[in-house]
Amino acid sequence: MKKQFVLKSFIADNLVAVIFLAITIASIPLSGLSPVHIIDDLMTRIGRNAFLVFSLILPIMAGMGINFGMVLGAMAGQIGLIFAMDWGIGGMQGLGFAALLGLPVSILLGWIAGSILNHARGREMVTSYILGFFFNGIYQFVVLYLFGSVIPLHNRAIALSRGFGVRNTLNLEPVRQVLDNAWLVKIAGVRLPMLSYAIIVVLCVFIVWFKKTKLGQDMRAVGQNQHVSNAAGIPVEKTRILSIVISTVLACFGQIIFLQNMGNMNTYNAHDQTGFFAAAAILVGGASLTKASIPNVFAGVLLLHLMYIVVPMAGQNLFGSANIGEYFRQFIGYGVIALSLVIHAWRSRREAEKARALLRSEGEEA
Amino acid sequence: MNTTDMQKRIKEAAADFGWPRIIIALFLAVLFILAPFVKVSIASSLSDIINRFGMNALLVLAMVPMIQSGCGLNFGLSLGVIAGLLGSTMAVQFGLTGWAGLFGAIALSTPFAVVLGWLYAKLLNRVKGEEMTIAMYVGFAAVMFMSIMWLILPYSSKNMVWGYEGKGLRTTITLDGYWNRQLSDFLAVRLSDNFVFPTGLILFVAASCAVMWLFLRSKTGTAMTSVGSNPDFARASGIDINKMRTTSVVMSTVFGAVGILLYQQSFGFIQLYTAPLYMAFPAVAAILIGGASINKASIVQVVVGTILFQGILTMTPSVINSLLQTDMSEVIRIVLSNGMILYALTRKSKVTR
Amino acid sequence: MSNDTPLLRLEGITKDFSGTVVLENVTFDLRAGEILGLVGENGAGKTTLMSILFGMPVIRETGGYGGKILVDGREVRFSGPFDALDAGIGMVHQEFSLIPGFSATENIMLNREIAKGGIIADIFGPRLSTLDRATMHTRAKTAISRLGIEIDPEMKIAEMPIGHKQFTEIAREIDREKVRILVLDEPTAVLTESEAEILLDAVKRLAATGIGVIFISHRLHEITGMCDRVVTLRDGKSVRDVPVGETTVEEIAVSMVGRDMAPPEKNQDNRVFGEPILSVKNLWVDMPGEVVRNVSFDVRQGEIFGIGGLAGQGKLGIPNGIMSLYPAGGEVLFKGKTLPRGNPRTALAEGIAFVSEDRRGVGLLLDETLEWNIAFTAMQSQNRFLKSFLGGLVRLRDEKAMKELANTYIDMLEIKCTGSKQAAKELSGGNQQKICLAKAFCLEPELLFVSEPTRGIDVGAKAIVLDVLRKYNRELGVTIVMVSSELEELRSVCDRIAIVSQGAVADVLDPSASQAEFALSMAGLRESGKNRIKEN
Repeated sequence: MKKQFVLKSFIADNLVAVIFLAITIASIPLSGLSPVHIIDDLMTRIGRNAFLVFSLILPIMAGMGINFGMVLGAMAGQIGLIFAMDWGIGGMQGLGFAALLGLPVSILLGWIAGSILNHARGREMVTSYILGFFFNGIYQFVVLYLFGSVIPLHNRAIALSRGFGVRNTLNLEPVRQVLDNAWLVKIAGVRLPMLSYAIIVVLCVFIVWFKKTKLGQDMRAVGQNQHVSNAAGIPVEKTRILSIVISTVLACFGQIIFLQNMGNMNTYNAHDQTGFFAAAAILVGGASLTKASIPNVFAGVLLLHLMYIVVPMAGQNLFGSANIGEYFRQFIGYGVIALSLVIHAWRSRREAEKARALLRSEGEEA
Repeated sequence: MNTTDMQKRIKEAAADFGWPRIIIALFLAVLFILAPFVKVSIASSLSDIINRFGMNALLVLAMVPMIQSGCGLNFGLSLGVIAGLLGSTMAVQFGLTGWAGLFGAIALSTPFAVVLGWLYAKLLNRVKGEEMTIAMYVGFAAVMFMSIMWLILPYSSKNMVWGYEGKGLRTTITLDGYWNRQLSDFLAVRLSDNFVFPTGLILFVAASCAVMWLFLRSKTGTAMTSVGSNPDFARASGIDINKMRTTSVVMSTVFGAVGILLYQQSFGFIQLYTAPLYMAFPAVAAILIGGASINKASIVQVVVGTILFQGILTMTPSVINSLLQTDMSEVIRIVLSNGMILYALTRKSKVTR
Repeated sequence: MSNDTPLLRLEGITKDFSGTVVLENVTFDLRAGEILGLVGENGAGKTTLMSILFGMPVIRETGGYGGKILVDGREVRFSGPFDALDAGIGMVHQEFSLIPGFSATENIMLNREIAKGGIIADIFGPRLSTLDRATMHTRAKTAISRLGIEIDPEMKIAEMPIGHKQFTEIAREIDREKVRILVLDEPTAVLTESEAEILLDAVKRLAATGIGVIFISHRLHEITGMCDRVVTLRDGKSVRDVPVGETTVEEIAVSMVGRDMAPPEKNQDNRVFGEPILSVKNLWVDMPGEVVRNVSFDVRQGEIFGIGGLAGQGKLGIPNGIMSLYPAGGEVLFKGKTLPRGNPRTALAEGIAFVSEDRRGVGLLLDETLEWNIAFTAMQSQNRFLKSFLGGLVRLRDEKAMKELANTYIDMLEIKCTGSKQAAKELSGGNQQKICLAKAFCLEPELLFVSEPTRGIDVGAKAIVLDVLRKYNRELGVTIVMVSSELEELRSVCDRIAIVSQGAVADVLDPSASQAEFALSMAGLRESGKNRIKEN
């Protein structure tokens, strides 16, 4: 029985996306950018960032909220790229090599992260956030001290002047935009990186298929009610860990795709905002802490990056200061996440109260 | 008591106290032992630690009310910091110096802190359960919003604004000539060549701790503790849970505001824009290192935790860097403080049910 | 017809929890195709017995059980619920075990989904095989139709009326291919009359296919209407096992409640009571598990008023609602004035105190000392045990006064502890209860609600607690309303006893009323008018 499309409830359900859209649309004329430029930038950004956002879907489905720990996967991918650059492997093979190396690392990190999160039930999100910081410290240690000393570096060009540790900026020239350029289609001045899109489509197919498997069903069950799932015999802890492992692996690949488009890598900071951007995107796209789907990813990446393109310029033109636009952009980003979290928490409480009232009134009829 | 009994008792006490804390304390002890061998002066290290303790103690103390009332770790401390920044920038704008500057800043910050705290509390009361993550992002958003404000607000004092345009605050504003080290130098005692004891600062911190201690012993403080321990019990005794939570959040924000003022007078600068973004994390780590849990904290834990944490932050660069000829302090700081927070987050609730 | 070996036989089942015997030598059979009704008060051992039958881990963790379970004549020992499921035992609990966002089909097939294999599943493991939703849908439909009801298998549980949720639970159990024994725990509790009829029909049909059914219920008419035999559990023993045709509802009720006990001596002092101090009219309380629908009663000043009834019928909800610990409505008059509701503070301020049935959850701050616990409520609601400074601006705890207070009560109530600074969590249940009482007494209330005053306390402490209550009532004139599941306790202390059934007051009886009167009241039979026994 299809529900009728009610504008009011649509807005209420997607309040965050609506606010976002309003601000963005208002900023487009103010930015002074041409439509072609905007669309071109947008298409590139979608190809570059969408994969990362997908990594958040499974943990949300499994009831873990936003997996800020996806940054562990990004770090694994970066380590893979460091090795690729060290061994001088370029082109698609370079990317494949990085992915191959990053895979076992991200599986391991995902496993550790998932196990730790199982010990912090009810606080998964803030724990995954701190996990990201913690492993960042370990990553810094590995990249700053172990590379070049314990882990041999062949390519002196990527080492720091003191002899060990990786350079602050890693030049990714050998793999720069190989994915984008492999199959580039130009339409009316807009560049479309078709191979990146193709990879994203494959990922979508994977996710659709995954949701149809028993494991996917188990994850959905665990995400909704751990107690009932456990009573039915589903291995709850293991299922939760698996959702984080897959998330971390996807983040690893996603970061590699992201960095190949950027062309170079801030060795020590590239992954700093990864979790934040992905979270903002999926939340703006209409996902909640308990429900996320493929349309949310696309809508979110589109809206978020459209905003990122136009708002800084609008801010600059409006206030005469580039900084204001920049701060405003970050403010909106953080504000969106905060608002989504608040709405979600508030909604869950409302629904719990309604369910109780319903139970009481039904009980009275009996 | 025979040896196995004793061993068991020690084991239980250790598990209770928490292995990470023991590791940290031992680590600090090792650093102190190593210090003379790598030509690091213990006297100046101690001096440093005491100064840093004074600088940070109030920010850590600010954690206590919200932990006790069950609101969790205050990742939204940046709101209190913002109130303090507003107060101090206004004090500089009005040209207040010396004691007038410091206490003027405190007086100006307080109303902002109360209002911000009150709004923050209203929000937290509606989202019971996911407070910590929401606090984090509300804090971030607020810092970014204020960053825009620092550019727009009509400050005009020459020492504060960018020279070029004459408007918009600089990223850091020096307190030299205003109230730099006002407390630290007050009644300071020079104990040796490189050891100056910042008496005024420590007195202020001690007084603040005393205020908090008295508060926890008061009727309201007692009620607040019960809300964090067992909200059902509190409710059944007629306590208004939301009111207690609001009180704790406002207190926390006010202490945060005064805390950043103490920090500034020691550091010598007012830091604006994105500086407050991550200020909550060291404070959280410090109180957890001191032995607090997510819903129980004491003043002793604040003092112990701040000393240990600042001790590590002081000693690691000097000792390890001399030892290994390399700067590992940043990495150690990140791993240690976040590791401690992780540990606390993965403990089962300390309060018995 | 029956073959000689019973489908299920429970023989000499015994269970104790840390020394307290909960089940003693329970024996009965269940034949294939038979419907066995199992009745008994809560606390009689039904839940424990079913936990043993179903292999719940809590049984093993607390020392296992004595006796034997035999299925088809062969002894079985279950190490977990999945063993029981494998042996063909299905259980439908009272609390739903359903995932609200899933459809009926998905819940019915939870963790037993039908999947299509494939190369990926072969390489990476069975959990990566794709679900065969079409077949699952058919299976679910079949299971549901066996119950004789119409439910859309693809409808989400959250959107279903509560009766359909119950049917979905049952459908899940009977879908298991191996199911031969089905245990239903209060299955009609949430159903409307018509739904209950459908269910009972369905159960009869299931039994006709050879499934043995154990039917647990308080609704004695359903038992007599549907079961072949009825077994009564009382105080952990199976005291009665008769074919339904050979007994009546009244006899069953009495067997549940009656004890071989002489009625208490009539109170020697002819007590005179004042005007009603508390008047309750049409009270409703939304307390999960103890819903109150429409309760009215009066309590006279100076009396000890008892409230009894079976678990879940609403008696515990009454004081919780009056004290505003749960949402409530209706009219409550205290000392002639309407008592405003919504905030526990008001009742406390008016002079009403409450000792909750949830000692650990609501009654105590387990990590704090006795001093804290006893003085706390008085401090917060009456501003006592505080030292004032600066003209009332600053009020600090008066630790010395708190210590003296604690010591007074430690002596008076004979609380066994190492001192007033001991943490509440270290005391035994009985002593913890004494602390809760002390906390309430300290408020010097005019009306005291006490819920389950002696629950989980050893015999010696029980007597002291009841004595203290009696003393407070006689010497200080405190009106007491005592809610309890232990009938003898109520009969020995109270002046009048109200019995609550189905969320309403079924009757108000004199303590000297007969076992049968109480039993029938509690079974909810008196209000229906059937077999009314003359009231005194």
